[in-house]
Amino acid sequence: MTNPSSSARPGASLALDTVRAQGAKRSPPLLRVRRSSGDVRGALLLIAPLAAFMLVFFLVPVVMLMSRAVWDPVVTIAFPQTAQALGSWNGEGLPRPDAFSAAAADIVAADLAGTLGEAAARLNQDMPGMRQLLLRTRSHLDGAADDDGTPGADDKARQRDEQAVETELVAFDGRWGDAATWQVLANDVQPLTLVYLLRALDHERTPDGAIVPLPRDEGVYLSILGRTFWISAVVTVLVTLLGYPLSYWLTQLPKRRQRAVLMAVLIPFWTSILVRIAAWMVVLPRAGLVNRLATSLHLIGTPLELLYDRTGVIISMVHILIPFMVLPLFAVMSGIPSSYQRAAISLGSHPFEAFWRVYAPQTAPGVAAGALLVFISALGYYVAPALLGGAGDQMLSYYIAYYTNTTINWGLAAALSVLLLAATALLFMVYRMVAARRPVASVEA
Amino acid sequence: MRKILWLGVVGAVLAAEASQGALARPLSVVNYGGTLADAQQSAFVTPFQSSSGIEVTASSYSGEQAKVKAMVDGHQVSWDVVEVESTDVGRGCDSGMYERIDWAKVTDAAALDKAAKTRCGVGLFAWGNVFAYNTKLTKTPPKNWVDFWDTKNFPGKRGMRKSARGNLEFALMADGVAPGDVYKVLATPAGVDRAFKKLDELRPNIQWWDAGAQPAQFLVSGDVALSTAFSGRIITAQKNGQPLDIVWNGAIADYDYWVIPKGSPMKDDAMKFINYTIGANQQAAYLALQPGGPVNSQALAKMSPEQLKNLPNTPEHAKADLVNDRVFWDEHGDDLDQRFAAWAAR
Repeated sequence: MTNPSSSARPGASLALDTVRAQGAKRSPPLLRVRRSSGDVRGALLLIAPLAAFMLVFFLVPVVMLMSRAVWDPVVTIAFPQTAQALGSWNGEGLPRPDAFSAAAADIVAADLAGTLGEAAARLNQDMPGMRQLLLRTRSHLDGAADDDGTPGADDKARQRDEQAVETELVAFDGRWGDAATWQVLANDVQPLTLVYLLRALDHERTPDGAIVPLPRDEGVYLSILGRTFWISAVVTVLVTLLGYPLSYWLTQLPKRRQRAVLMAVLIPFWTSILVRIAAWMVVLPRAGLVNRLATSLHLIGTPLELLYDRTGVIISMVHILIPFMVLPLFAVMSGIPSSYQRAAISLGSHPFEAFWRVYAPQTAPGVAAGALLVFISALGYYVAPALLGGAGDQMLSYYIAYYTNTTINWGLAAALSVLLLAATALLFMVYRMVAARRPVASVEA
Repeated sequence: MRKILWLGVVGAVLAAEASQGALARPLSVVNYGGTLADAQQSAFVTPFQSSSGIEVTASSYSGEQAKVKAMVDGHQVSWDVVEVESTDVGRGCDSGMYERIDWAKVTDAAALDKAAKTRCGVGLFAWGNVFAYNTKLTKTPPKNWVDFWDTKNFPGKRGMRKSARGNLEFALMADGVAPGDVYKVLATPAGVDRAFKKLDELRPNIQWWDAGAQPAQFLVSGDVALSTAFSGRIITAQKNGQPLDIVWNGAIADYDYWVIPKGSPMKDDAMKFINYTIGANQQAAYLALQPGGPVNSQALAKMSPEQLKNLPNTPEHAKADLVNDRVFWDEHGDDLDQRFAAWAAR
């Protein structure tokens, strides 16, 4: 979820930075490394409280959460004896009979300890049907197949003869006699896992260890990532197209009216995102304000589908994100002396050419800062698509929330977060490379 | 002498306060909110407080088990009785999130429906997973799931809950599978494919909902022509004068359950509260406010004919109905949910 109030500050400082960057010759936006000539140690002391705060309340939790994407010991915890028994197994054929009795004992013990469910869910990721197999085997071993009442004989399984357990399990469900089942178990008793990251990349591991792409109808996250970037890009372009003239107009206004218009931009910015989205939910439906107005003006015959549709998502996101463009752009634009443009015109340039060749390049740092801010904020959007979009308009954050809250698959949620973070970081790096290669065209150049 | 006595009294009072201080919080009951919470407040919470002397605070959540899991994992359990759907009762139990129910301590155990008794959850009430329509906008009443899928004779969008549960069963019934065979068919890979193929037909017309209150809103505003819904919500809307009607044919009866999060410091009081709510009188009082079916068969005798008409499990409804197969969903839910999430995301 994006929090506008917390993002406001980086926006403003970014804008200031770009204003300062203006003066410097040939410095690409956002990239200027300012060399400190003052007391380095004093500066470090000044930032120490913030650095400590960031470390404790931001970096450590984020890293801990992300580590869940690859570190998942639930099966290790639930199947300690099996892990030991399978330690010497080479993965071919069936394991020795003691693995069968260890697995049977672990299933009963894990069930009593309440760790079986999560382990089953994890194993099921690697091999569909494992959950069913484990739960059925549990009821079979408990002798409490009717599933009500307390589990029966506690350690019945452990007392059985090892060979007898093997025969019994295989007779109960043929899958216990299949090497693939044991390969999955042997893989997953290792706490280090790739299953979540692979799934986030639309791949899976077969029981024998090969990595293969998921069937077309199951692998969706890469296309959802693409959709996330696409929606963000469309929103960024629209915000730039709308925000640029607005900011320009704003700088041309007399001081007093400027303040009033700036207020009009800022008041929605300070309003809760939820409130603004709720307002769109009133404005956009079939029988809502927009459709009724358009129908009564005979602009359209049948009401437009604006809600539960991508149009609604984009409209609301553009509305929410416009201040993130206007503020940095306005800061940059108000620092550009209008005399440059006038000088160009007086020297015989066409007014449009003067604008395009003299004025516009000077605003480039502001556009870049605003666009980057809008794009990266948009990538993490959750509330707007969730409330205004259809099933095909949800962005990656929606699935992170879905796996965190609804299905409690925290490994996959963490893997998707890693995917989003990595893709964003990659994009930022590409941006920096492009920006570094092409210095801001400036008047002096 | 009097001074010492006085000191003793003060000391005893202080000691009592201190010993209570550690545990002195009201029993925390958490439900799904809305009209359901109002009904529980007047049928369960208020009378239980005055009859037992145990203080109870009721609050609401929207069903995310992540909160319960975070509490249990962090050993800071501040919820004592939580209402969950059948989806969660088995899964959460296997994951060690809930206390096991000691069925010897459940007073009305013998009168309870079989489906209401699980390892970690005690049934609270039954509701129907049905579909509804706006009687003003849809002139010819639809009769069954075949009509729900028929966008020619019943044009317009279809409201559906964004979850595999229910929709797959509905799709199979629309494809001609008899209610009694639905779970048998769905247990086979071919049956799953068949259900998804049938859902594909409806895909362009689906408008998803996820909160129980949405279907009635969609139907009243005319945004959708037909919508799957929880029976209780539609009946409540009918009572408020909305022109909605339910198609009971092919309904899936399902239960809500009470669970006790593992490590609750007030397990005994929690069990007392649960026992109270499944008593015949309380069940009848609750269902007079929140339409649905009782878990306690003795409550049936205390219900009005009007109420009985709206049960998800009356004899006449039961002929064409099925009961949600909790065990099936416990075993196959992971796979089907995953496939459904991928299907819906495209």
